[in-house]
Amino acid sequence: MRTSQWSAAALAAGLVVTLAACAPADESGGEATGQELTMLIGSSGDAETNAVQAAADAWAAETGNSVEVIAANDLVQQLGQGFSGNNPPDLFYMPWDQFQTYAAQGFIEPYADDLANAGDFLPALREQFSYDGQFYCAPKDFSTLGLQINTQAWADAGLTDADIPTDWDQLATVAAALTTDDQVGLSMGREYARVGVFMNQAGGTLVDGETIAADSAENAEGLAYLQQLIADGSLKFPQELEAGWGGEAFGLGKAAMVIEGPWINGAMANDFPDREFISVELPAGPAGASTFAFSNCWGMPVGSETRDATIDLIEFLTSDEQQLAFAEAFGVIPSTESGSAAYAEQFPDNAAFVAGVASATSPVAFQGAAAAIADFNTQLEQIGSADPSSLLATLQANLQAAYDEANG
Amino acid sequence: MPRTAVRPRRGGGIRRGEARSGWLFVAPAVIITTVFLVIPIMLALWVSVSDWNGFQSPLNPRVNFVGLENYAAITVEDGLDQRNFGTAVRNNFYYVLFVVPLQTIIALLLAVQVNRAALRGKGFFRTAFYFPSVTSTVAIVIVFQFLFTASGAVNAVIGAFGIDGPDWFNDSTGVFHGILSAFGVGAPTSGLLAEPGFLGISGWQWLAGPSVAMSSLIILAIFTTSGTFMLLFLAALQSIGSEIDEASLMDGAGPVRKFFSITLPMLRPTLFTVLTLGLIGSWQVFDQIYVLGGTSAGGTISTPAFLAYRSSFVDLQWGQGAAIAFILFVFIIILTLLQRWALAERGPKKFKQSKVTPKVQGGLR
Repeated sequence: MRTSQWSAAALAAGLVVTLAACAPADESGGEATGQELTMLIGSSGDAETNAVQAAADAWAAETGNSVEVIAANDLVQQLGQGFSGNNPPDLFYMPWDQFQTYAAQGFIEPYADDLANAGDFLPALREQFSYDGQFYCAPKDFSTLGLQINTQAWADAGLTDADIPTDWDQLATVAAALTTDDQVGLSMGREYARVGVFMNQAGGTLVDGETIAADSAENAEGLAYLQQLIADGSLKFPQELEAGWGGEAFGLGKAAMVIEGPWINGAMANDFPDREFISVELPAGPAGASTFAFSNCWGMPVGSETRDATIDLIEFLTSDEQQLAFAEAFGVIPSTESGSAAYAEQFPDNAAFVAGVASATSPVAFQGAAAAIADFNTQLEQIGSADPSSLLATLQANLQAAYDEANG
Repeated sequence: MPRTAVRPRRGGGIRRGEARSGWLFVAPAVIITTVFLVIPIMLALWVSVSDWNGFQSPLNPRVNFVGLENYAAITVEDGLDQRNFGTAVRNNFYYVLFVVPLQTIIALLLAVQVNRAALRGKGFFRTAFYFPSVTSTVAIVIVFQFLFTASGAVNAVIGAFGIDGPDWFNDSTGVFHGILSAFGVGAPTSGLLAEPGFLGISGWQWLAGPSVAMSSLIILAIFTTSGTFMLLFLAALQSIGSEIDEASLMDGAGPVRKFFSITLPMLRPTLFTVLTLGLIGSWQVFDQIYVLGGTSAGGTISTPAFLAYRSSFVDLQWGQGAAIAFILFVFIIILTLLQRWALAERGPKKFKQSKVTPKVQGGLR
């Protein structure tokens, strides 16, 4: 029939147009000059965006390329969109919690061993950005968690430098001493990325070699310690203090101590310039000191057409000199051994964050773990009342399922 | 195609070539619909039965057909994906249960009020009621976030009556659970209600009702959408001739009787439109949830539409995301058909007054 012929023709034409747009691009290394690169970053603010743009411009002028820096509103969403539309940015911040998923799905190029400075990175970071024994992408910088103390509140409570807590008991004591009617002693984000350090300090871990060990007695002990602080009234989470995150509660003076990373320096300088504070290493738990290290890496899409130029740019961005410039601009710690040593010297206030590297571990981030961790973060809302082992049992089951799927 | 019966024989006479011209004229619409609607839907259907991970085209040769695996993962297989979907369906069910009737009733009452001949400042009220509808939802959510914080304006007002308000957007307590616990009924530790049931959610959790956080969103939705639907009702009300009002007045009908026996039956087509639009819109609620982060308040504000987004873009489970979207799509169609059936004209036995309104349409066309 005539009508069906016409509609078939229209449908076919439409399909051809759509599918042609979906055809994979051809894969080649490309030239090292004359390239127009796009870079997608998850920026902490104008300071970071401007610093990255300035560095990219400097490289571009030197090598005869051009770089467009785009600050993402929602980095993970925009990355997902770029990859599914077959138009990913040439270079992007690869968040630590998504790295394994992206590597496992074959989204990103394992270029890091080809870098001239591949051997300079801190071993812990190299390990964090390795998948299946292959070093994938260059760590951009890193941060560890430390304990921030509001010096005014500290003095008001009659505490001195000698009281700076080095173990759990001392932490509980000072947190109780700092708690007043309108100020809580300690606050931190109600999420695995903060609460987890206490589980690690008690000797726990989520993945022990090849097995999932979320429901261990050590992890339960870590949660139980926090529950004790909650029961004492000396630990409240930012939501209960009407703050968006720990730093805001700290800046507003609603919490006298928080657990955050070096980014808090920039946030305080911007939003609460009058807040005087120091950062110290996290107190040690029964099983010793432990903190989390977070890092993003410079991600490159697999089969990038601009591989050579991008690698050159990454080498430039990860050089000690450039990383120290970033450190000055927005407070991150350089990801190379020599860079981080220089940083500790140059910024003695932040020495505690660098010192944390010795005991730092990376939060669990294997493929699919993010969903299990997100569910655990939701469950943590009940940490005040729930039995730690029941919270951990759910996490154990979800992580086990994700692990089996990722490895089976 | 009822036309074929009256059309002269193909190929001859003055109407020759009409079909071709017809197709030529509708071609732009057909092409646009195909490229932007039919093909994307087909692709989404394919994604929902494939293992596409979001890299390059969903039609590239590395993508495999996995049958109904994605659908199974969210509906029948025990696990996190199933529980997340079950929770989202539960949350959205209560959202719809409250939003659709309330917004329809409020829109109707507002329309009747601003339609009164004797009302002073009619234009002002119409604008005021319609204003939230033309404001961006995102802006309203942010204003609501400030109003509903623990020390916000809402709690200050109810605090004046001696009520200690909750921390609205962070409170995951189900409203029904809250009421039950006021009567000393707590979560069961054993029995049917404690076991994981439909979609991995226990019966007790299904009975939770909207959480306090979701209730704030329900209030927000009613506030923003009632104005739009008021406008639809208003248009329909104005097409009811004043002679019908007068006739009912002569027959001795009071205002209440007139409303239920004259106005409401005459508004039936509009009512159908409003309920359908409301039902579809509230099963697809997304903006508010996205702005609030979606995973806050113990997961009690997540909805299937948000979950579809999150599974795809964040967890890179594009197949599951598409599967959720299709389940939602089928579900909405079924509900709309059910509602169409429920609102259909049933003859004079059930609606005695319908002989007063012989096939008068609501004037929305």
